[in-house]
Amino acid sequence: MIYIYDDSFDGFLTVIFDIYDLKIQPADICRERNHQPSLFAEKRTIITDGHKAGRVLSGIKKKLSLHGVHGIYKCWLSEQVGIEMMLFRYISYAIKSKRNIENDFSDSDVLEVSQVVKKINREIHRMHAFVRFQKTRDGVYAATIAPDFDVVTLLAPHFKERYKSQQWFIYDTKRQYGIYYDLSEVVEVKLENAQWQGRNKVSRLVLAEEEKEFELWWKSYFKATSIEERANIKLHLKHVPRRYWRYLPEKV
Amino acid sequence: MKLSINEKLQILADAAKYDVSCASSGSNRKNTNNGLGNTSQMGICHSYTEDGRCVSLLKLLLTNYCIYDCAYCVSRKSNDVPRAAFTVKEVVDLTINFYKRNYIEGLFLSSGIFKNADYTNERLIRIAKLLRTEHNFNGYIHLKIIPGCSEEVMEEAGLYADRLSVNLEIPSERSLKKIAPEKNHSSVYKPMNYLTNRISLYNDEKRKFKYAPRFAPGGQSTQLVIGASPETDFDVLHLANNLYSDQKLRRVYYSGYIPISDDNRLPALKTPPLIRENRLYQADWLMRYYGFEVNEIVNEQHQQLDLTMDPKMSYALRNMHLFPVNINMADREMLLRIPGVGVKSVNMIIKARRFSRLGYEHLKKIGVAMNRAQYFIEVSGRPLNEVASDPDKIKIALAAREKRNQLTLF
Repeated sequence: MIYIYDDSFDGFLTVIFDIYDLKIQPADICRERNHQPSLFAEKRTIITDGHKAGRVLSGIKKKLSLHGVHGIYKCWLSEQVGIEMMLFRYISYAIKSKRNIENDFSDSDVLEVSQVVKKINREIHRMHAFVRFQKTRDGVYAATIAPDFDVVTLLAPHFKERYKSQQWFIYDTKRQYGIYYDLSEVVEVKLENAQWQGRNKVSRLVLAEEEKEFELWWKSYFKATSIEERANIKLHLKHVPRRYWRYLPEKV
Repeated sequence: MKLSINEKLQILADAAKYDVSCASSGSNRKNTNNGLGNTSQMGICHSYTEDGRCVSLLKLLLTNYCIYDCAYCVSRKSNDVPRAAFTVKEVVDLTINFYKRNYIEGLFLSSGIFKNADYTNERLIRIAKLLRTEHNFNGYIHLKIIPGCSEEVMEEAGLYADRLSVNLEIPSERSLKKIAPEKNHSSVYKPMNYLTNRISLYNDEKRKFKYAPRFAPGGQSTQLVIGASPETDFDVLHLANNLYSDQKLRRVYYSGYIPISDDNRLPALKTPPLIRENRLYQADWLMRYYGFEVNEIVNEQHQQLDLTMDPKMSYALRNMHLFPVNINMADREMLLRIPGVGVKSVNMIIKARRFSRLGYEHLKKIGVAMNRAQYFIEVSGRPLNEVASDPDKIKIALAAREKRNQLTLF
């Protein structure tokens, strides 16, 4: 049986509920948008149900630490092919086992969950580092990003704490949504007909006058602080992979 | 002639870059009163230079005018370089605006010495104070303490900065005298020891009272220049070990000497000793995170680190009687001594082996560097007799591997 769900995490949890309820093992679990019709496999489209999702979540919470539960969500955000089946096996193992299995790294699913979580955490950390705000004419600090994984909502706590007294906006141009802080709370936003500058950058027209200057100074600083005698481009690229360059003023 | 901010940045960031410390970690300043910023316990590197070093703080000299003539320093009096000085407001504005754009974690401020140590340090502190009090800035601030600085001035520095540092620069007093005639080690140790006492007092009070006044919560660090003077790795690492145990430093930085100077008091190096510097950092990590005693890494018989292999490997090859280590039984201390096994792997091994016996495949997947570890571990499913136990054979095998890796680069 192939289980198909909408793109939500609750939808995924509902699938888990229904698998246990129907007692029909999944051949695959996929998001609607990723689903490739196939002639032979039986399939079932699951309707997201908050109640069912909540029951699965509270069941998992009894078996894993909060850290472990959050890990499942982070893995799911990775959007990797086959991540749902891996998570299903992981959750089944957690539910079946008498003790917390989070650290059983000789189990290949447990190890993979920990490795995917590590990847997501690294991406979050990278975004904490690589987000570059540009001040707009109306005083909002705006940034566009295109992270490897769908982490934009996980960035909210860090930036909210750090920039309490400035309005800011971080937009994932790959997934077409973002977060905006209005000095009191962070909200999810989706822009219709957004006009980007060049390759998905904030339009120069809306930027504050001073912006050019600070970018120039930052570039000058970046250049001056490098030591030529120690040049090590390989190491440089390891830390700042090329795919992140287009949003970094110092690398453009 | 009046310099633009851009020109000043180019001169004063360039002159500051030889101070390698860039850490923004180890302090946990909260964003209070709706201010700007906070510090991250683990630190954040916002960018990396093309030499692969982290850019975390806006690292500047307030000025590169200097009354001293230290041979190793690019800003020495006798060196013919363009000079510049920032105003207090310029540094404050750059810091705030770079911070608001998420370019940096904070400010690292040092300076050439004008007039005297106190006069210079007071100017640096004024900037930190303005940032903290007028601008409610809660990002990271690292201030340099100039040797010879008075206690009153240091006292104030500790109130506003997260981290303070006094640089030893040259690892021995004798070499320092030759290279920097106006400096001596005691003028560095005096402020350093004062800061050690104040920081530990602060830490004690912090444990007792929630609202004890802060004093450099990120601790202090120092820097040693490597390769500008004849000290061995034995000298350098024993010095570092003392700095960690007696002065309670958070970090000792090693800076491979870059031939910036044609001053005849210094050796003529073609390239900076980068591999040696890297080995020193590895040794430093062994002391701080792996439970190694300094004498296990360098001692009277082995005064220099082996440049061809990491110091843990060369320790293991000298101590073959301690290996192989049984992965499923050994305690943490011994696991940490296996070449190719890092702290994270050790943590995972200890957790995972409570569930089941670990084999060769598990270790590989966990992230152990088996090419190095294989000679030093005992795992189920792998007969011991396949493993070389002759240190010379292991050396040859490792060198051959190294060569293969290098060839594939081209």
